[in-house]
Amino acid sequence: MTPAGQRSALLDARAITRALDHMAVGITELAGKDGANELMLVGIQRRGVELADRLSALIASRTGAPVSRGALDITLYRDDLATVGPKPLVGETRIPGDLSGKCVVIVDDVLYTGRTIRAALDELADFGRPARIGLAVLIDRGGRELPIHADVVGKAVTAGPGDRVDVLLTEVDGRDAVELVTGGGA
Amino acid sequence: MSAPALAKDLLGIEHLSAEQIRLVLDTAEPFKEVSERAIKKVPTLRGKTIVNLFYESSTRTRTSFEFAEKRLSADTVNIAASGSSIEKGENLVDTARNLEAMRIDMVVIRHPASGAAEFLAKRIRSNVINAGDGMHEHPTQAFLDLLTIRDRLGKIEGAKVCICGDILHSRVARSNIWGLLKLGAEVAVCGPRSLLPRGIESLGVRVFRRIDEAIQWADVLNVLRLQLERMQAGFIPSLREYNRVFGVTVERLARAPRKTLILHPGPMNRGVEIDSLVADGPQSVILDQVTNGVAVRMAVLYLLAGGNPERAEAAKGGAE
Repeated sequence: MTPAGQRSALLDARAITRALDHMAVGITELAGKDGANELMLVGIQRRGVELADRLSALIASRTGAPVSRGALDITLYRDDLATVGPKPLVGETRIPGDLSGKCVVIVDDVLYTGRTIRAALDELADFGRPARIGLAVLIDRGGRELPIHADVVGKAVTAGPGDRVDVLLTEVDGRDAVELVTGGGA
Repeated sequence: MSAPALAKDLLGIEHLSAEQIRLVLDTAEPFKEVSERAIKKVPTLRGKTIVNLFYESSTRTRTSFEFAEKRLSADTVNIAASGSSIEKGENLVDTARNLEAMRIDMVVIRHPASGAAEFLAKRIRSNVINAGDGMHEHPTQAFLDLLTIRDRLGKIEGAKVCICGDILHSRVARSNIWGLLKLGAEVAVCGPRSLLPRGIESLGVRVFRRIDEAIQWADVLNVLRLQLERMQAGFIPSLREYNRVFGVTVERLARAPRKTLILHPGPMNRGVEIDSLVADGPQSVILDQVTNGVAVRMAVLYLLAGGNPERAEAAKGGAE
Protein backbone atom coordinates (compact mmCIF):
# COMPACT_ATOMS: atom_id res chain seq x y z
CA MET A 1 0.00 0.00 0.00
CA THR A 2 1.24 3.46 -0.86
CA PRO A 3 0.49 6.05 1.82
CA ALA A 4 -2.28 8.57 1.05
CA GLY A 5 -1.19 11.75 -0.68
CA GLN A 6 1.96 10.20 -2.15
CA ARG A 7 2.89 11.35 -5.66
CA SER A 8 4.35 9.04 -8.26
CA ALA A 9 5.31 9.94 -11.81
CA LEU A 10 3.25 8.42 -14.62
CA LEU A 11 4.80 10.37 -17.51
CA ASP A 12 7.80 12.69 -17.62
CA ALA A 13 8.28 15.54 -20.12
CA ARG A 14 9.80 13.29 -22.81
CA ALA A 15 7.06 10.70 -22.45
CA ILE A 16 4.43 13.45 -22.81
CA THR A 17 6.10 14.62 -26.03
CA ARG A 18 6.06 11.04 -27.38
CA ALA A 19 2.44 10.58 -26.36
CA LEU A 20 1.43 13.81 -28.12
CA ASP A 21 3.27 12.75 -31.31
CA HIS A 22 1.39 9.48 -31.22
CA MET A 23 -1.92 11.35 -30.63
CA ALA A 24 -1.25 13.71 -33.55
CA VAL A 25 -0.93 10.66 -35.84
CA GLY A 26 -4.13 9.19 -34.41
CA ILE A 27 -6.09 12.42 -34.91
CA THR A 28 -4.81 12.79 -38.48
CA GLU A 29 -5.97 9.23 -39.24
CA LEU A 30 -9.34 9.90 -37.58
CA ALA A 31 -9.79 13.05 -39.69
CA GLY A 32 -8.60 11.16 -42.80
CA LYS A 33 -11.54 8.76 -42.48
CA ASP A 34 -13.73 11.78 -42.83
CA GLY A 35 -12.40 12.75 -46.23
CA ALA A 36 -12.71 16.39 -47.09
CA ASN A 37 -14.32 17.57 -43.87
CA GLU A 38 -12.33 20.32 -42.19
CA LEU A 39 -10.66 19.31 -38.92
CA MET A 40 -11.12 21.44 -35.81
CA LEU A 41 -9.58 20.72 -32.40
CA VAL A 42 -11.64 21.89 -29.45
CA GLY A 43 -9.80 21.92 -26.12
CA ILE A 44 -11.65 21.68 -22.83
CA GLN A 45 -10.72 24.34 -20.26
CA ARG A 46 -8.24 24.45 -18.92
CA ARG A 47 -5.42 22.07 -19.85
CA GLY A 48 -7.28 20.61 -22.82
CA VAL A 49 -6.90 24.02 -24.47
CA GLU A 50 -3.10 23.91 -24.13
CA LEU A 51 -3.01 20.32 -25.38
CA ALA A 52 -5.16 21.25 -28.40
CA ASP A 53 -2.69 24.06 -29.17
CA ARG A 54 0.25 21.67 -29.09
CA LEU A 55 -1.54 18.98 -31.09
CA SER A 56 -2.67 21.41 -33.79
CA ALA A 57 0.95 22.57 -34.23
CA LEU A 58 2.10 18.94 -34.53
CA ILE A 59 -0.65 18.08 -37.02
CA ALA A 60 -0.02 21.23 -39.06
CA SER A 61 3.68 20.37 -39.33
CA ARG A 62 2.79 16.84 -40.53
CA THR A 63 0.12 17.82 -43.03
CA GLY A 64 1.31 21.30 -43.99
CA ALA A 65 -2.16 22.76 -43.49
CA PRO A 66 -3.16 24.88 -40.49
CA VAL A 67 -5.67 23.30 -38.08
CA SER A 68 -8.41 25.48 -36.60
CA ARG A 69 -8.84 25.43 -32.84
CA GLY A 70 -11.52 26.25 -30.32
CA ALA A 71 -11.89 26.31 -26.55
CA LEU A 72 -14.81 25.02 -24.54
CA ASP A 73 -15.71 25.64 -20.90
CA ILE A 74 -18.35 23.10 -19.93
CA THR A 75 -19.17 24.53 -16.48
CA LEU A 76 -22.60 25.85 -17.52
CA TYR A 77 -23.50 22.37 -18.84
CA ARG A 78 -22.43 20.41 -15.76
CA ASP A 79 -24.92 17.98 -14.24
CA ASP A 80 -23.87 18.69 -10.65
CA LEU A 81 -24.21 22.50 -10.39
CA ALA A 82 -27.05 22.14 -7.89
CA THR A 83 -24.76 20.37 -5.43
CA VAL A 84 -21.41 22.15 -5.82
CA GLY A 85 -20.66 25.25 -3.84
CA PRO A 86 -19.15 27.77 -4.08
CA LYS A 87 -19.89 28.06 -7.77
CA PRO A 88 -16.97 27.14 -10.04
CA LEU A 89 -15.38 29.92 -12.07
CA VAL A 90 -16.40 29.85 -15.71
CA GLY A 91 -13.61 30.04 -18.28
CA GLU A 92 -13.64 31.25 -21.85
CA THR A 93 -15.57 29.47 -24.61
CA ARG A 94 -14.36 30.33 -28.10
CA ILE A 95 -15.74 28.45 -31.10
CA PRO A 96 -14.73 30.11 -34.38
CA GLY A 97 -17.51 29.90 -36.95
CA ASP A 98 -20.20 27.28 -37.46
CA LEU A 99 -19.32 23.67 -36.65
CA SER A 100 -21.71 22.20 -39.21
CA GLY A 101 -20.00 19.77 -41.56
CA LYS A 102 -16.68 19.81 -39.70
CA CYS A 103 -14.74 16.97 -38.11
CA VAL A 104 -14.46 18.15 -34.52
CA VAL A 105 -12.04 16.47 -32.15
CA ILE A 106 -12.51 17.23 -28.44
CA VAL A 107 -9.18 17.37 -26.60
CA ASP A 108 -8.89 16.91 -22.83
CA ASP A 109 -6.14 16.02 -20.40
CA VAL A 110 -7.76 13.20 -18.40
CA LEU A 111 -10.75 11.00 -19.24
CA TYR A 112 -12.38 9.62 -16.08
CA THR A 113 -16.15 9.42 -15.45
CA GLY A 114 -17.07 10.77 -18.90
CA ARG A 115 -19.36 13.44 -17.43
CA THR A 116 -17.22 16.31 -18.73
CA ILE A 117 -17.42 14.85 -22.24
CA ARG A 118 -21.19 14.42 -21.95
CA ALA A 119 -21.43 18.12 -21.11
CA ALA A 120 -19.05 19.01 -23.96
CA LEU A 121 -21.18 17.07 -26.48
CA ASP A 122 -24.29 18.96 -25.34
CA GLU A 123 -22.51 22.29 -25.59
CA LEU A 124 -21.03 21.57 -29.04
CA ALA A 125 -24.51 20.71 -30.32
CA ASP A 126 -25.50 24.32 -29.57
CA PHE A 127 -22.81 25.53 -31.98
CA GLY A 128 -23.93 23.54 -35.02
CA ARG A 129 -24.04 19.99 -36.35
CA PRO A 130 -20.55 18.64 -36.96
CA ALA A 131 -20.14 15.80 -39.48
CA ARG A 132 -18.36 13.88 -36.74
CA ILE A 133 -17.15 14.43 -33.19
CA GLY A 134 -14.11 12.52 -31.93
CA LEU A 135 -12.35 12.48 -28.57
CA ALA A 136 -8.61 12.62 -27.91
CA VAL A 137 -7.23 12.48 -24.35
CA LEU A 138 -3.71 12.43 -22.97
CA ILE A 139 -4.62 10.08 -20.12
CA ASP A 140 -7.43 7.53 -19.93
CA ARG A 141 -7.66 6.49 -16.28
CA GLY A 142 -10.75 4.25 -16.57
CA GLY A 143 -13.70 4.53 -14.19
CA ARG A 144 -16.38 5.58 -16.70
CA GLU A 145 -19.89 6.33 -15.41
CA LEU A 146 -21.33 6.95 -18.89
CA PRO A 147 -21.08 5.09 -22.22
CA ILE A 148 -18.24 7.26 -23.58
CA HIS A 149 -14.88 6.22 -25.00
CA ALA A 150 -11.89 8.03 -26.48
CA ASP A 151 -10.84 7.60 -30.12
CA VAL A 152 -7.26 8.62 -29.44
CA VAL A 153 -5.45 8.00 -26.12
CA GLY A 154 -1.93 9.16 -25.20
CA LYS A 155 -1.59 6.68 -22.35
CA ALA A 156 -4.03 4.46 -20.49
CA VAL A 157 -3.38 4.10 -16.76
CA THR A 158 -5.14 2.42 -13.88
CA ALA A 159 -6.13 4.68 -11.00
CA GLY A 160 -8.44 3.85 -8.11
CA PRO A 161 -11.57 5.90 -7.35
CA GLY A 162 -9.80 7.68 -4.45
CA ASP A 163 -6.74 8.58 -6.52
CA ARG A 164 -6.11 11.72 -8.51
CA VAL A 165 -4.24 12.08 -11.79
CA ASP A 166 -2.54 15.47 -12.17
CA VAL A 167 -1.54 16.63 -15.63
CA LEU A 168 0.97 19.47 -15.37
CA LEU A 169 1.79 21.53 -18.45
CA THR A 170 4.55 24.11 -18.89
CA GLU A 171 2.10 26.78 -20.14
CA VAL A 172 0.05 26.56 -16.92
CA ASP A 173 2.17 24.83 -14.29
CA GLY A 174 5.73 25.61 -15.32
CA ARG A 175 6.68 22.01 -16.16
CA ASP A 176 5.46 18.97 -18.08
CA ALA A 177 4.55 15.91 -16.03
CA VAL A 178 1.74 13.48 -15.31
CA GLU A 179 1.54 12.31 -11.69
CA LEU A 180 -0.62 9.91 -9.73
CA VAL A 181 -1.62 11.17 -6.28
CA THR A 182 -2.64 8.18 -4.19
CA GLY A 183 -5.71 8.93 -2.08
CA GLY A 184 -5.72 12.49 -3.46
CA GLY A 185 -9.40 12.41 -4.42
CA ALA A 186 -10.53 12.61 -8.02
CA MET B 1 -12.39 27.70 1.89
CA SER B 2 -11.25 31.20 0.99
CA ALA B 3 -12.84 31.22 -2.49
CA PRO B 4 -15.25 34.17 -2.59
CA ALA B 5 -18.96 33.42 -2.90
CA LEU B 6 -22.18 35.39 -2.59
CA ALA B 7 -24.64 34.90 0.26
CA LYS B 8 -28.23 33.66 -0.23
CA ASP B 9 -29.43 37.02 -1.53
CA LEU B 10 -28.12 40.04 -3.41
CA LEU B 11 -29.56 43.04 -1.58
CA GLY B 12 -26.96 45.73 -2.17
CA ILE B 13 -23.33 46.60 -2.75
CA GLU B 14 -22.70 48.22 0.64
CA HIS B 15 -22.08 44.95 2.46
CA LEU B 16 -20.17 43.13 -0.29
CA SER B 17 -16.40 42.77 -0.21
CA ALA B 18 -14.17 43.87 -3.09
CA GLU B 19 -13.54 40.16 -3.78
CA GLN B 20 -17.26 39.45 -4.08
CA ILE B 21 -17.70 42.39 -6.48
CA ARG B 22 -14.77 41.18 -8.59
CA LEU B 23 -16.23 37.67 -8.57
CA VAL B 24 -19.44 38.97 -10.16
CA LEU B 25 -17.57 41.06 -12.76
CA ASP B 26 -15.22 38.18 -13.65
CA THR B 27 -18.13 35.74 -13.85
CA ALA B 28 -19.95 38.13 -16.19
CA GLU B 29 -17.10 37.93 -18.75
CA PRO B 30 -17.87 34.41 -20.09
CA PHE B 31 -21.61 35.17 -20.05
CA LYS B 32 -21.07 37.94 -22.61
CA GLU B 33 -20.10 35.23 -25.10
CA VAL B 34 -23.31 33.25 -24.49
CA SER B 35 -25.35 36.21 -25.75
CA GLU B 36 -23.24 36.30 -28.95
CA ARG B 37 -24.01 32.67 -29.85
CA ALA B 38 -26.48 31.67 -32.55
CA ILE B 39 -28.28 29.66 -29.86
CA LYS B 40 -28.26 32.10 -26.93
CA LYS B 41 -28.99 29.58 -24.24
CA VAL B 42 -27.14 27.37 -21.77
CA PRO B 43 -28.86 24.77 -19.56
CA THR B 44 -27.41 26.03 -16.27
CA LEU B 45 -30.68 26.96 -14.49
CA ARG B 46 -32.90 24.33 -16.11
CA GLY B 47 -35.81 23.56 -13.80
CA LYS B 48 -35.36 26.70 -11.67
CA THR B 49 -38.38 28.97 -11.37
CA ILE B 50 -37.84 32.69 -11.02
CA VAL B 51 -40.44 35.36 -10.28
CA ASN B 52 -39.84 38.94 -11.38
CA LEU B 53 -41.89 40.91 -8.89
CA PHE B 54 -42.06 44.51 -10.03
CA TYR B 55 -43.90 47.00 -7.83
CA GLU B 56 -42.56 49.86 -9.97
CA SER B 57 -42.60 50.26 -13.72
CA SER B 58 -39.43 49.25 -15.51
CA THR B 59 -38.58 48.32 -19.07
CA ARG B 60 -34.81 47.97 -19.17
CA THR B 61 -34.18 46.24 -15.86
CA ARG B 62 -37.11 43.86 -16.09
CA THR B 63 -36.35 42.90 -19.69
CA SER B 64 -32.67 42.52 -18.90
CA PHE B 65 -33.40 40.18 -15.98
CA GLU B 66 -35.83 38.23 -18.11
CA PHE B 67 -33.31 37.74 -20.92
CA ALA B 68 -30.67 36.73 -18.37
CA GLU B 69 -33.03 34.18 -16.83
CA LYS B 70 -34.15 32.75 -20.17
CA ARG B 71 -30.60 32.50 -21.52
CA LEU B 72 -29.79 30.38 -18.46
CA SER B 73 -32.88 28.19 -19.19
CA ALA B 74 -34.81 29.19 -16.06
CA ASP B 75 -38.61 29.36 -16.13
CA THR B 76 -39.79 32.88 -15.43
CA VAL B 77 -42.98 34.60 -14.41
CA ASN B 78 -43.46 38.36 -14.41
CA ILE B 79 -45.73 40.03 -11.88
CA ALA B 80 -46.43 43.73 -12.06
CA ALA B 81 -48.22 45.58 -9.30
CA SER B 82 -51.00 46.74 -11.59
CA GLY B 83 -53.34 43.99 -12.66
CA SER B 84 -52.37 41.64 -9.82
CA SER B 85 -53.57 40.90 -6.30
CA ILE B 86 -51.20 43.64 -5.14
CA GLU B 87 -53.76 46.08 -6.51
CA LYS B 88 -56.31 44.46 -4.21
CA GLY B 89 -54.16 45.35 -1.24
CA GLU B 90 -52.25 42.13 -0.63
CA ASN B 91 -49.08 42.83 1.30
CA LEU B 92 -45.58 41.94 0.12
CA VAL B 93 -44.99 38.98 2.42
CA ASP B 94 -48.36 37.40 1.64
CA THR B 95 -47.71 37.76 -2.08
CA ALA B 96 -44.25 36.19 -1.70
CA ARG B 97 -45.46 33.34 0.53
CA ASN B 98 -48.17 32.50 -1.96
CA LEU B 99 -45.56 32.40 -4.70
CA GLU B 100 -43.34 30.19 -2.57
CA ALA B 101 -46.26 27.84 -2.07
CA MET B 102 -46.06 27.33 -5.85
CA ARG B 103 -42.44 26.18 -5.38
CA ILE B 104 -40.37 28.99 -6.78
CA ASP B 105 -36.59 29.27 -6.40
CA MET B 106 -35.75 32.95 -6.77
CA VAL B 107 -37.43 36.34 -6.59
CA VAL B 108 -36.21 39.45 -8.39
CA ILE B 109 -37.87 42.40 -6.71
CA ARG B 110 -38.25 46.07 -7.60
CA HIS B 111 -40.08 48.08 -4.95
CA PRO B 112 -40.61 51.78 -4.15
CA ALA B 113 -39.78 51.29 -0.45
CA SER B 114 -36.15 51.32 0.66
CA GLY B 115 -35.34 48.05 2.42
CA ALA B 116 -38.13 46.05 0.76
CA ALA B 117 -35.73 43.48 -0.70
CA GLU B 118 -34.06 42.83 2.65
CA PHE B 119 -37.44 42.67 4.40
CA LEU B 120 -38.52 39.99 1.94
CA ALA B 121 -35.22 38.09 2.02
CA LYS B 122 -35.53 37.60 5.77
CA ARG B 123 -38.97 36.08 5.41
CA ILE B 124 -38.75 33.65 2.50
CA ARG B 125 -36.46 30.75 1.64
CA SER B 126 -36.00 31.66 -2.02
CA ASN B 127 -32.98 33.66 -3.15
CA VAL B 128 -33.85 37.36 -3.39
CA ILE B 129 -32.26 39.76 -5.85
CA ASN B 130 -32.79 43.47 -5.36
CA ALA B 131 -33.66 45.11 -8.68
CA GLY B 132 -34.00 48.52 -7.04
CA ASP B 133 -35.57 49.39 -3.69
CA GLY B 134 -36.68 52.96 -3.18
CA MET B 135 -33.73 55.29 -2.63
CA HIS B 136 -31.58 52.51 -1.19
CA GLU B 137 -29.70 50.33 -3.69
CA HIS B 138 -29.74 48.96 -7.25
CA PRO B 139 -26.83 46.53 -7.12
CA THR B 140 -27.02 45.00 -10.61
CA GLN B 141 -26.96 48.51 -12.12
CA ALA B 142 -23.72 49.18 -10.23
CA PHE B 143 -22.25 45.89 -11.49
CA LEU B 144 -23.03 46.72 -15.11
CA ASP B 145 -21.63 50.25 -14.73
CA LEU B 146 -18.45 48.86 -13.14
CA LEU B 147 -18.08 46.24 -15.87
CA THR B 148 -18.53 48.86 -18.60
CA ILE B 149 -15.90 51.12 -17.03
CA ARG B 150 -13.52 48.19 -16.58
CA ASP B 151 -14.02 47.13 -20.23
CA ARG B 152 -13.05 50.59 -21.47
CA LEU B 153 -10.37 51.71 -19.01
CA GLY B 154 -8.87 48.28 -18.29
CA LYS B 155 -9.31 48.68 -14.55
CA ILE B 156 -11.44 50.44 -11.96
CA GLU B 157 -8.64 51.19 -9.52
CA GLY B 158 -7.53 54.80 -9.82
CA ALA B 159 -10.28 55.72 -12.31
CA LYS B 160 -11.86 59.13 -11.65
CA VAL B 161 -15.61 58.74 -11.83
CA CYS B 162 -18.07 61.58 -11.33
CA ILE B 163 -21.75 60.81 -10.79
CA CYS B 164 -23.88 63.74 -11.96
CA GLY B 165 -27.41 64.75 -11.07
CA ASP B 166 -29.83 63.82 -8.33
CA ILE B 167 -27.59 61.93 -5.92
CA LEU B 168 -29.90 62.35 -2.94
CA HIS B 169 -32.78 60.26 -4.25
CA SER B 170 -30.75 57.86 -6.38
CA ARG B 171 -30.28 54.18 -5.58
CA VAL B 172 -28.08 53.98 -8.69
CA ALA B 173 -25.76 56.62 -7.22
CA ARG B 174 -25.64 54.90 -3.86
CA SER B 175 -24.80 51.44 -5.26
CA ASN B 176 -22.26 52.94 -7.66
CA ILE B 177 -20.49 54.91 -4.95
CA TRP B 178 -20.10 51.81 -2.77
CA GLY B 179 -18.86 49.68 -5.65
CA LEU B 180 -16.44 52.25 -7.02
CA LEU B 181 -14.92 53.03 -3.61
CA LYS B 182 -14.49 49.34 -2.77
CA LEU B 183 -12.67 48.74 -6.05
CA GLY B 184 -10.34 51.70 -5.49
CA ALA B 185 -11.78 54.32 -7.84
CA GLU B 186 -11.77 58.04 -7.04
CA VAL B 187 -15.38 59.12 -6.80
CA ALA B 188 -17.00 62.53 -7.14
CA VAL B 189 -20.55 63.80 -7.37
CA CYS B 190 -21.88 66.89 -9.10
CA GLY B 191 -25.36 68.36 -8.92
CA PRO B 192 -27.56 71.02 -7.38
CA ARG B 193 -26.89 71.50 -3.67
CA SER B 194 -30.50 70.53 -2.93
CA LEU B 195 -29.95 67.11 -4.56
CA LEU B 196 -26.69 66.14 -2.85
CA PRO B 197 -26.80 64.21 0.42
CA ARG B 198 -25.32 66.16 3.31
CA GLY B 199 -22.01 64.85 4.63
CA ILE B 200 -21.23 62.77 1.52
CA GLU B 201 -17.59 64.00 1.70
CA SER B 202 -17.13 61.87 4.79
CA LEU B 203 -17.30 58.76 2.57
CA GLY B 204 -14.27 60.04 0.68
CA VAL B 205 -16.36 61.42 -2.17
CA ARG B 206 -15.36 64.73 -3.78
CA VAL B 207 -18.12 67.26 -4.49
CA PHE B 208 -18.20 69.50 -7.57
CA ARG B 209 -20.66 72.38 -7.68
CA ARG B 210 -19.98 73.11 -11.34
CA ILE B 211 -20.25 70.57 -14.15
CA ASP B 212 -17.27 72.15 -15.95
CA GLU B 213 -15.03 71.40 -12.97
CA ALA B 214 -16.30 67.81 -12.93
CA ILE B 215 -15.55 67.44 -16.63
CA GLN B 216 -12.02 68.82 -16.13
CA TRP B 217 -11.38 66.22 -13.43
CA ALA B 218 -13.18 63.04 -14.50
CA ASP B 219 -12.27 60.06 -16.70
CA VAL B 220 -15.88 58.91 -16.52
CA LEU B 221 -19.16 60.79 -16.12
CA ASN B 222 -22.13 58.73 -14.98
CA VAL B 223 -25.03 61.03 -15.82
CA LEU B 224 -28.16 60.17 -13.86
CA ARG B 225 -31.68 60.70 -15.07
CA LEU B 226 -33.30 63.80 -13.61
CA GLN B 227 -36.50 62.45 -12.16
CA LEU B 228 -39.05 64.95 -13.36
CA GLU B 229 -41.13 64.71 -10.21
CA ARG B 230 -38.21 66.39 -8.38
CA MET B 231 -39.01 69.59 -10.14
CA GLN B 232 -42.58 69.58 -8.90
CA ALA B 233 -41.21 69.01 -5.40
CA GLY B 234 -39.19 72.20 -5.74
CA PHE B 235 -35.67 70.74 -5.77
CA ILE B 236 -34.83 72.51 -9.04
CA PRO B 237 -36.35 75.62 -10.58
CA SER B 238 -36.90 74.35 -14.15
CA LEU B 239 -35.68 71.80 -16.68
CA ARG B 240 -34.21 74.54 -18.90
CA GLU B 241 -32.35 75.95 -15.95
CA TYR B 242 -31.07 72.48 -15.04
CA ASN B 243 -29.82 71.88 -18.57
CA ARG B 244 -28.12 75.30 -18.68
CA VAL B 245 -26.24 74.72 -15.41
CA PHE B 246 -25.71 70.93 -15.22
CA GLY B 247 -26.45 69.56 -18.71
CA VAL B 248 -23.67 67.50 -20.30
CA THR B 249 -23.25 69.11 -23.70
CA VAL B 250 -20.87 68.66 -26.63
CA GLU B 251 -19.38 72.12 -26.02
CA ARG B 252 -18.60 71.31 -22.40
CA LEU B 253 -17.13 67.89 -23.24
CA ALA B 254 -14.95 69.45 -25.95
CA ARG B 255 -13.10 71.40 -23.25
CA ALA B 256 -12.21 68.21 -21.33
CA PRO B 257 -8.50 67.38 -21.19
CA ARG B 258 -9.25 63.76 -22.17
CA LYS B 259 -11.92 61.69 -23.94
CA THR B 260 -14.40 61.44 -21.10
CA LEU B 261 -16.41 58.22 -21.02
CA ILE B 262 -20.16 58.89 -20.79
CA LEU B 263 -22.50 56.53 -18.93
CA HIS B 264 -26.22 56.91 -18.32
CA PRO B 265 -28.43 54.32 -16.58
CA GLY B 266 -31.48 55.29 -18.66
CA PRO B 267 -34.13 56.22 -19.42
CA MET B 268 -32.66 59.48 -20.71
CA ASN B 269 -34.23 62.90 -20.70
CA ARG B 270 -32.55 64.13 -23.86
CA GLY B 271 -31.91 67.86 -23.67
CA VAL B 272 -32.17 67.92 -19.88
CA GLU B 273 -29.29 66.13 -18.14
CA ILE B 274 -27.66 65.00 -21.39
CA ASP B 275 -27.69 66.34 -24.95
CA SER B 276 -28.55 64.02 -27.81
CA LEU B 277 -25.19 64.63 -29.51
CA VAL B 278 -23.44 63.38 -26.36
CA ALA B 279 -25.77 60.44 -25.78
CA ASP B 280 -25.28 59.23 -29.36
CA GLY B 281 -21.66 60.38 -29.66
CA PRO B 282 -18.42 58.40 -29.83
CA GLN B 283 -17.66 58.75 -26.12
CA SER B 284 -21.01 57.32 -25.07
CA VAL B 285 -21.06 53.71 -23.80
CA ILE B 286 -24.74 53.81 -22.90
CA LEU B 287 -25.69 50.87 -25.13
CA ASP B 288 -22.66 48.86 -23.94
CA GLN B 289 -24.10 49.30 -20.46
CA VAL B 290 -27.34 47.68 -21.62
CA THR B 291 -25.48 44.76 -23.23
CA ASN B 292 -23.37 44.27 -20.10
CA GLY B 293 -26.53 44.40 -17.99
CA VAL B 294 -27.65 41.01 -19.29
CA ALA B 295 -24.20 39.50 -18.64
CA VAL B 296 -23.92 40.74 -15.03
CA ARG B 297 -27.46 39.58 -14.26
CA MET B 298 -26.65 36.13 -15.68
CA ALA B 299 -23.57 36.11 -13.45
CA VAL B 300 -25.60 37.02 -10.34
CA LEU B 301 -28.28 34.41 -11.10
CA TYR B 302 -25.60 31.76 -11.69
CA LEU B 303 -23.74 32.61 -8.48
CA LEU B 304 -26.87 32.64 -6.28
CA ALA B 305 -28.93 29.85 -7.79
CA GLY B 306 -29.12 26.32 -6.65
CA GLY B 307 -26.92 26.91 -3.66
CA ASN B 308 -28.07 23.85 -1.77
CA PRO B 309 -25.50 23.65 1.03
CA GLU B 310 -26.98 20.55 2.66
CA ARG B 311 -26.77 18.56 -0.56
CA ALA B 312 -23.31 19.96 -1.26
CA GLU B 313 -22.09 18.89 2.17
CA ALA B 314 -23.64 15.46 1.72
CA ALA B 315 -21.98 15.07 -1.68
CA LYS B 316 -18.61 16.11 -0.22
CA GLY B 317 -19.00 13.77 2.71
CA GLY B 318 -19.69 10.91 0.32
CA ALA B 319 -16.53 11.57 -1.70
CA GLU B 320 -14.20 11.49 1.27
